[in-house]
Amino acid sequence: MFAVCRVEELPPGESIRFTADVAVAVFNADGEFYAVDDTCTHQDASLSDGFLEGCFVECPLHAAFFDLRTGAPTCLPAKRPVRTHPVTVDNDVVYVHVEPHGQVPQEAGREQEEVA
Amino acid sequence: MRTVTVVGTSLAGFSAAQQLRAQGFDGRLVMVGAEVHLPYDRPPLSKGFLTGKTSRADLALGEQSDYDELEAEWVLGDPAVQLRPSSAGVELLSGEHIGTDGIVVATGATARSLPGVDELAGVHTLRTLDDAVALHDELSSGRPRVVVIGAGFIGAEITSSCLDLGLDVTLVEAAPLPLERALGSTMAQACADLHRDHRVDVRFGVGVEELHGAFGHVTGVRLSSGEVLPADVVVTGVGVQPNTAWLANTGLGLNDGVLCDAGGVTDLPNIVAVGDVARCYRPDLDRTIRIEHWATANGQPRVAVGNLLAGSVVEHHTDVPYFWSDQYGVRIQFAGTVHPDDDVRIVDGAVEDRRFLAHYERQGQPVGVLAFNTPRAFGRARRQLTRPSLIVT
Ligand SMILES: Cc1cc2nc3c(=O)[nH]c(=O)nc-3n(C[C@H](O)[C@H](O)[C@H](O)COP(=O)(O)OP(=O)(O)OC[C@H]3O[C@@H](n4cnc5c(N)ncnc54)[C@H](O)[C@@H]3O)c2cc1C
Ligand code: FES
Repeated sequence: MFAVCRVEELPPGESIRFTADVAVAVFNADGEFYAVDDTCTHQDASLSDGFLEGCFVECPLHAAFFDLRTGAPTCLPAKRPVRTHPVTVDNDVVYVHVEPHGQVPQEAGREQEEVA
Repeated sequence: MRTVTVVGTSLAGFSAAQQLRAQGFDGRLVMVGAEVHLPYDRPPLSKGFLTGKTSRADLALGEQSDYDELEAEWVLGDPAVQLRPSSAGVELLSGEHIGTDGIVVATGATARSLPGVDELAGVHTLRTLDDAVALHDELSSGRPRVVVIGAGFIGAEITSSCLDLGLDVTLVEAAPLPLERALGSTMAQACADLHRDHRVDVRFGVGVEELHGAFGHVTGVRLSSGEVLPADVVVTGVGVQPNTAWLANTGLGLNDGVLCDAGGVTDLPNIVAVGDVARCYRPDLDRTIRIEHWATANGQPRVAVGNLLAGSVVEHHTDVPYFWSDQYGVRIQFAGTVHPDDDVRIVDGAVEDRRFLAHYERQGQPVGVLAFNTPRAFGRARRQLTRPSLIVT
């Protein structure tokens, strides 16, 4: 579990990046916090640099959209989901519970099949 | 509409197929492609694929599940040679005739080559996977001396990839300042400085007179200055030509591309065109433009396919042209349409640091953004261009 920042440091529409086993991006999508691996599954771009639209983030390079709830891409050019990580808020501190590397959360995998 | 045929099976064609299904077309879908390969991505061909970082598998645009969902008939390696509007069909090189109700023209463009150099081995253009495999093979056997002709984005990327491979490379460009027309002089200079930063041997403002060869293989490039550059491999990046030969004499307007209205529809209502081959009217600019960028080929099919299925123009293209280029470790991103005399203002970072965001303005209105290594700020600035009313200056 990583204490990432205080709630007020991550206002709606903003993102922050920290390093766990790999870089992780944390987003505040209109009050909901989401965390995913920071590197786009397509090529080498940082999703925390992307643009938030609802609970979707647009990759800053080739504009693939990822659903932050599941990690699944909703359009080309990305084909694989990004790992998602549970986020909790306690005492105004945002915590990310980083999933061990190499383990795609069940849900994301399933959702991906439906979307692809 | 019972049958739709997509001609051209690269990015724009693949995206059109996906849009057809996503927008509810459940009839027969035929995909006709000149190349034998399933749709693949071109941008890495001059970047990671040349240096060996990107594998062939990484280039695939679709996965098996995408193909399963499309339920299309794929006719690959058999180019369309003639559109037959009278009999509502497309004739292929093999002689096969495909009867169809609607057509998506997605035949893209072909790299131009220098006149009269086709016979020499060692001379390359770079457009297709096969081109890239051939070039990669030659660049990675021994230590060839390379001359790149044309310092546009693709020429610059190839040069940068050659440096990554540890090769001696000379970059030749006829214009005194490459990209000046595309980016204006200040920003073109910023791009030209990248070559200098990396001590690339450049010859700008010098034309190519002829190629020298021996035993059928290129040996050098003679420049208009009289200088002869020794070369084992020559790569030309001197622009492209839209693939419209198969549309000749059909009544479709052709002029450096297929002429389309603002919704991507050609002179025939059941034929739309998308991607590098399409020259669409833009009401906001009051002229037609043909855009050779990945994002356009990926994005135009949504609108054009919608209009094809509706049988009339229900939506216009309104996207702002966007492209990126990766060279010398710098990520360049540009959006908008610029004139050479637009004002350029650095709004973040500094050109010397190779990390900045620049705004282009015309009569006080923002018309473009260019960024080196600042993807986040660029993404925001680019979005503001698409919504002019929201721009705060
Ligand atoms: C090396 C390289 C690097 C690039 N890098 C970038 C970049 O960094 N950023 C960027 O924004 N853009 C880049 N681009 C541009 C981008 O790849 C193109 O804009 C995009 O590929 C256009 O897609 P398209 O489907 O319209 O056309 P194309 O990709 O040209 O595909 C057209 C397809 O139609 C086929 N075809 C042609 N004629 C016929 C026929 N008569 N019958 C059947 N099939 C036919 C062709 O064989 C081809 O497969 C790059 C391009 C290249 C070549
Ligand atoms: S790097 Fe993210 S979409 Fe290409």
